[in-house]
Amino acid sequence: MLVKAKGDLQAVSASRLRDGVAVWLSAGHRWMEDVADAGAFTGAALQQALAVAQADSAAGLVVDVYPLDVAVADGRTRPLHVRERMKARGPSVRPDLGKQAVTPAISRAPERAA
Amino acid sequence: MTHMPRPGAIAAAPDHSPDAAPDRHAGIYRYDDLDREFVFQRVAQFREQVRRRLSGALTEDEFKPLRLMNGVYLQLHAYMLRVAIPYGMLGTTQLRRLAEIGRRWDRGYGHFTTRQNIQFNWPALVDVPDMLHALAEVDMHAIQTSGNCIRNVTTDHFCGAAADEIVDPRVHAEILRQWSTLHPEFSFLPRKFKIAISGTPQDRAAVRTHDIGLIATRDAAGAVGFTVYVGGGQGRSPFLAVKAREFVPEADLLAYLEAVLRVYNQYGRRDNIYKARIKILVHELGAEAFLRRVEEEFARLPRGAHALDPALVEAIRAHFAPPPLERLPERSPAFDLARARNAAFARWTRSNLHPHRQPGHAIATVSLKPVGGIPGDITSDQMEALADLADRFSFGEVRVSHEQNLVLAHVRKDELYALWQGLEAIGLGTANAGLVSDIIACPGLDYCALANTRSIPIAQAIATRFADLDRQHAIGELRIKISGCINACGHHHVGHIGILGVDKKGEEFYQLLLGGDPGPQAELAEITGPGFDAAGIVDAVETVVRTYLDLRGEGERFIDTLRRLGHAPFKEALHGAA
Ligand code: HEM
Ligand code: SF4
Repeated sequence: MLVKAKGDLQAVSASRLRDGVAVWLSAGHRWMEDVADAGAFTGAALQQALAVAQADSAAGLVVDVYPLDVAVADGRTRPLHVRERMKARGPSVRPDLGKQAVTPAISRAPERAA
Repeated sequence: MTHMPRPGAIAAAPDHSPDAAPDRHAGIYRYDDLDREFVFQRVAQFREQVRRRLSGALTEDEFKPLRLMNGVYLQLHAYMLRVAIPYGMLGTTQLRRLAEIGRRWDRGYGHFTTRQNIQFNWPALVDVPDMLHALAEVDMHAIQTSGNCIRNVTTDHFCGAAADEIVDPRVHAEILRQWSTLHPEFSFLPRKFKIAISGTPQDRAAVRTHDIGLIATRDAAGAVGFTVYVGGGQGRSPFLAVKAREFVPEADLLAYLEAVLRVYNQYGRRDNIYKARIKILVHELGAEAFLRRVEEEFARLPRGAHALDPALVEAIRAHFAPPPLERLPERSPAFDLARARNAAFARWTRSNLHPHRQPGHAIATVSLKPVGGIPGDITSDQMEALADLADRFSFGEVRVSHEQNLVLAHVRKDELYALWQGLEAIGLGTANAGLVSDIIACPGLDYCALANTRSIPIAQAIATRFADLDRQHAIGELRIKISGCINACGHHHVGHIGILGVDKKGEEFYQLLLGGDPGPQAELAEITGPGFDAAGIVDAVETVVRTYLDLRGEGERFIDTLRRLGHAPFKEALHGAA
């Protein structure tokens, strides 16, 4: 994590261990490949989401867990900082690569065993 | 996959035998069985480590140092694999293998870096052991491309060919590689350690920006030795290396470097990652006190045991025997005619050729900076096509330059026109080496997890602004270097024009620096004033160039005008009178 999250609404991001793909925790605590589907947490819900993410990190599903500032509009979550916007979309100089180039494949997101 | 010829391998098909391989004269170090076995063992070890990580037997804290020792980083969108290209030298068998790896496990391309390595941006961790195995089959690996060890030694991309060379630096780069690989005393240094060697005082390897910089030279009696510089580096606190010794004889090279590294290992700071590089130690102790300790350590070392055996040096030199160049007249009528007939070719010969020591030959720079392209990127298809051209025209050898370009070092002048046509056909014939669009740019926020800002789009916008090649040639030599954060991977401290990306309240912002020079007259660039947004920085570069064109004397390069007049007129044009 490079950028400290300090806003009211925060999402939780990580990278999938197997392939390094960026993922975000949904409101229902599933790992999603599209940041739009990320849960926007605050207060105790944020602490809970971070705890779930840390547990998934300890279980070897994801690495590099951290919170980030987000806003929500029309039910879609959007990161505020340019770094997190880049992570969510893929290289701006190669629109044919990364998330911007594929439909999010939720089925490929890591799932907890339970 | 597994039936590719590899240098030194015994294969059944006659055209796959090493003697017939088109790259049998490439100036690379040929592995022996021991080297090869070691690299394969290392792949097997890493395969097991990845398996244990995925099974949960290793935590990320345990695994991270292991993956870094094998060149695997976690970036913004995926993992990244950094592959070592020792002192930038590649045979075409290796280049073709890199193309295959890019196609099979990555996204069909690779990125050449300022440290003469190649990076793949999209590997899945589970595939990395197979990628490393495929590399090992062509005597390649990712060892020491990361971590707090002695990294890939870099050198002059014109080595062994340039007319101005005094000593072929590959010989000593290879000796340093063998000495430092897995050296137990130097595998857990306070921080990473980078060594560069130039074989000529016309330093093309930016030696003074390295932890240790060596310039090969000869003493009055003709014996080979090195001027040693210590404590250079870029990053958040840039320093030019200080001269440690005017002349260290070849036999004492390892002993002297061992002394430097021991002093660093003993006194370098381990409490603060930002103060751990040797440059900080040299700065905090003071050069004199630091060098005194080095000399004391050097005096203590049993010299006999550390002396470089001349027989060993000769054995390594044999790996870098020049290819069988023909004896040709210096002038080539075919070359002169092609230049007279084709203006675009003539323009390319002005920017992209360098004098070769053998009459009738030239060194050609293959630009990886097409206007609007991504500096340093090359597709798998281009790699393969370039390998074919290198087989035809340059003894199956390709070099990577720290400027993120490629070099075909031994081309007959007669054949330059055919080579250029071949390069044009695959988009690699841009006539801009050393010019304003030949920009070094780090991956920046398009890929890098540490970045503050993007670098590549700025490079693209500047190159597009100056797209007119005739204008670029009229402007002349001008080196722009861009980093997306203070780590300075894009060498902005030594750009004639340096650009540094900074975070301004969550948005991208760019500082402009002027007056840097990697060498031989090394100098660090200075910030001109307040920064610019993405559009503003491109205009600022244009302003600097216009100011130069107004002020330059006859035949004066940008950097010379800047040195003559100082920064004031440029600052005034950028920011108004103070
Ligand atoms: C994308 C992954 C990369 C990461 C995580 C990374 C990380 C870093 C860091 C942390 C530093 C500062 C080290 C220090 O001052 O102690 C650094 C410096 C540097 N990196 Fe990178 N880098 C990356 C890519 C690159 C690339 C692509 C290049 C070549 C284009 C490169 C070449 C360099 C150079 C030349 C320096 C300055 C060396 C010095 O301070 O002596 N790096 N890098
Ligand atoms: S300079 Fe910064 S942004 Fe650029 S590659 Fe290095 S660490 Fe990343």
